[in-house]
Amino acid sequence: MSTNGHTNGHSEHHFTTHFVETGGVDMAVTETALTEAHLEEMRQIAARYPQPRSALLPMLHLVQSVEGRVTPAGIEACADVLQISAAEVSGVATFYTMYKRKPVGKHHVGVCTTALCAILGGDEVLATLQRHLGVGNDETTEDGAITLEHIECNAACDYAPVMMVNWEFFDNVTPASAVEVVEALRAGEPVTSTRGAEITSWREAERVLAGFPDGRADSGPTAGEASLLGLRIAREHGWQAPPVGGEAEPEEPAEVAEVNAEAATGPSEPDSTRREAAEESTEDARAGDDAERPADRPGEGGKR
Amino acid sequence: MTDLLTPVLSARWGDERAWKLGNYERTGGYAALRTALRMEPDEVVALVKDAGLRGRGGAGFPTGMKWSFVPKDNPNPTYLVVNADESEPGTCKDMPLMMATPHTLVEGVIISAYAIRARYAFIYVRGEVLHVVRRLQQAVREAYSAGYAGANVLGTGYDLEVVVHAGAGAYICGEETALLDSLEGRRGQPRLRPPFPAVAGLYASPTVINNVESIASVPSIVTGGAEWFSSMGTEKSKGMTLYSLSGHVKNPGQFEAPMGITLRQLLELAGGMREGHELKFWTPGGSSTPILTPEHLDLPLDYESMAGAGSMLGTKALQCFDDTTSVVRSTLRWVEFYKHESCGKCTPCREGSWWLVQILMRLEAGRGEPGDIEKILDLCDNIGGRSFCALADGAVACVTSAIKHFREEFEQGMHTPAWELLPYERSTVFATGPDTPALGAGTEPAGGAR
Repeated sequence: MSTNGHTNGHSEHHFTTHFVETGGVDMAVTETALTEAHLEEMRQIAARYPQPRSALLPMLHLVQSVEGRVTPAGIEACADVLQISAAEVSGVATFYTMYKRKPVGKHHVGVCTTALCAILGGDEVLATLQRHLGVGNDETTEDGAITLEHIECNAACDYAPVMMVNWEFFDNVTPASAVEVVEALRAGEPVTSTRGAEITSWREAERVLAGFPDGRADSGPTAGEASLLGLRIAREHGWQAPPVGGEAEPEEPAEVAEVNAEAATGPSEPDSTRREAAEESTEDARAGDDAERPADRPGEGGKR
Repeated sequence: MTDLLTPVLSARWGDERAWKLGNYERTGGYAALRTALRMEPDEVVALVKDAGLRGRGGAGFPTGMKWSFVPKDNPNPTYLVVNADESEPGTCKDMPLMMATPHTLVEGVIISAYAIRARYAFIYVRGEVLHVVRRLQQAVREAYSAGYAGANVLGTGYDLEVVVHAGAGAYICGEETALLDSLEGRRGQPRLRPPFPAVAGLYASPTVINNVESIASVPSIVTGGAEWFSSMGTEKSKGMTLYSLSGHVKNPGQFEAPMGITLRQLLELAGGMREGHELKFWTPGGSSTPILTPEHLDLPLDYESMAGAGSMLGTKALQCFDDTTSVVRSTLRWVEFYKHESCGKCTPCREGSWWLVQILMRLEAGRGEPGDIEKILDLCDNIGGRSFCALADGAVACVTSAIKHFREEFEQGMHTPAWELLPYERSTVFATGPDTPALGAGTEPAGGAR
């Protein structure tokens, strides 16, 4: 495979492509950390599917968890296990954004700059991190701790601006809170996702995506504050879905303004306070909910 | 008359450790599965059809009807695939659902697979949501241990394998045929239809592909019945659904309501737009649905009314932007998204989105050239409807609707940079008020994203 268009620090390359993001895998590197045990894991992944080739995406996640990027040896290994050509594997590996052709740092930090997050402050967050870390897009800090990338919408728009660390949510970030997070990561201090687990490393995250759980599913809250907003307002007003097999009781008058005043404590506070508040209120919701839960589920009786 | 909000899917989200099987069962979880397994598969299909459930992933196709398209005489196995690739900008409902109550989805998967007689079900979840993947993996493992999945489900003789499959970063894989290619271990590129997936989908076998919220709604329909479900919503858009409010609203978040609530009602619940500002434009269902303005605030958020207003209900992702926002900037950012996510299969989309970005960039910088707006519209005309899938249509919908409602702002792009017209700092959530003395206000932004 040609390395045309892939700038890897060599000054003598002659070809400059306009399509800078579509460079191929650097095939010059041949060493690998993949062992027979990893090949066995690849075969395990393949066995999950009626047709083994379906395993290619998780297998490439596994390659990244071992190699820190998609390597030529990783491509060959996938091709061997699936009995397809290395070109077919390369074609897939270069299509998907999460597969990296350059070595990724210990942590991958992604800042959402799709329209809504960008406008709500994602652009400032990214620019601040780039200045602070001294890296451009998709580049790694000299200490190898952080690879910084701008990412597209990560499905957490009610928590904008959103930052992802090793694909864990960091909700409602500010330039200052983002810098705090990356500094803690560089210092090796414990950092916990807003709605997830304590941060481990990008490679460990990739292993989970390959289908090998890390036992951290029980970390974090059930839901964040924004996810719970509608539910909380419904509770305050006694609003619920119609009872199963029965007539709905007359509606109680709704005083929307009161609820709003209370709900407003979240998103207008400074970030750190807001996160604590969110956690607290999640706790409150838990405590308050348990007793009254079963009553408002369809098929389990009428209104409370 | 139903209540303004009707939490069903989100009813357990406030529970402690709601993602655990035991907690889900304690609140009635998996009772619907037992009910469904006592029914004939076709009865379950008929029930979902009668309920009037329509696909919650954007297109709104009747779910039960989709199921009934699976041929019974096809010698190949039937597959169920759940589209959990939630990536449409603004859309953020499926992730909290799978994070909080993954068993709601898993139970729906098992019932739905039983209904279409599938022995294999896949949950294709985007890779960039690690914790959601963890919770799903664990829920599926728990379901196997409890006998809800695997061989001989609850002793009925029905066998079902459920596989959680993490994607690798490609918006296009939310398009159902691209998803299938991706799930087959290929580049995610859309297929030409027909044949439709119901006939030749995964491994060229009959396949049903449904959105997370659609499948997660199935247990409640089994429990509550078709009449109960269709007692919520409007005549043609039935049931409860998750509306996601984001942007410059005081309290963004998820609201589960009967189909047909209005944005004005939702905004009231969310505390309105942020202090001192007014709504300028909004999307009803993600960036692929044409933008609307305050004049559309009182339209029911259902499939028909949104189509009537020249837009689409889409994923019910209500992104609300206030008067500080530059439409030229948001349009550019959306088109940059489509440019990045175009799979490259069709020339109009692949090349056209690049061209649109270039023209929009100069309009943003106040260096637009005479005829640029006409050129953009001409390009859009040659992109939309001329590609395999709807990505291209989405890429131009945000452009043409923005020009339709805010043409004068694009015209300003001939001479004034968007960041001078509407300083970007004032749009951020860190801005303290309408007159925030912006640091470096009116200067070209760092633009690290490019």
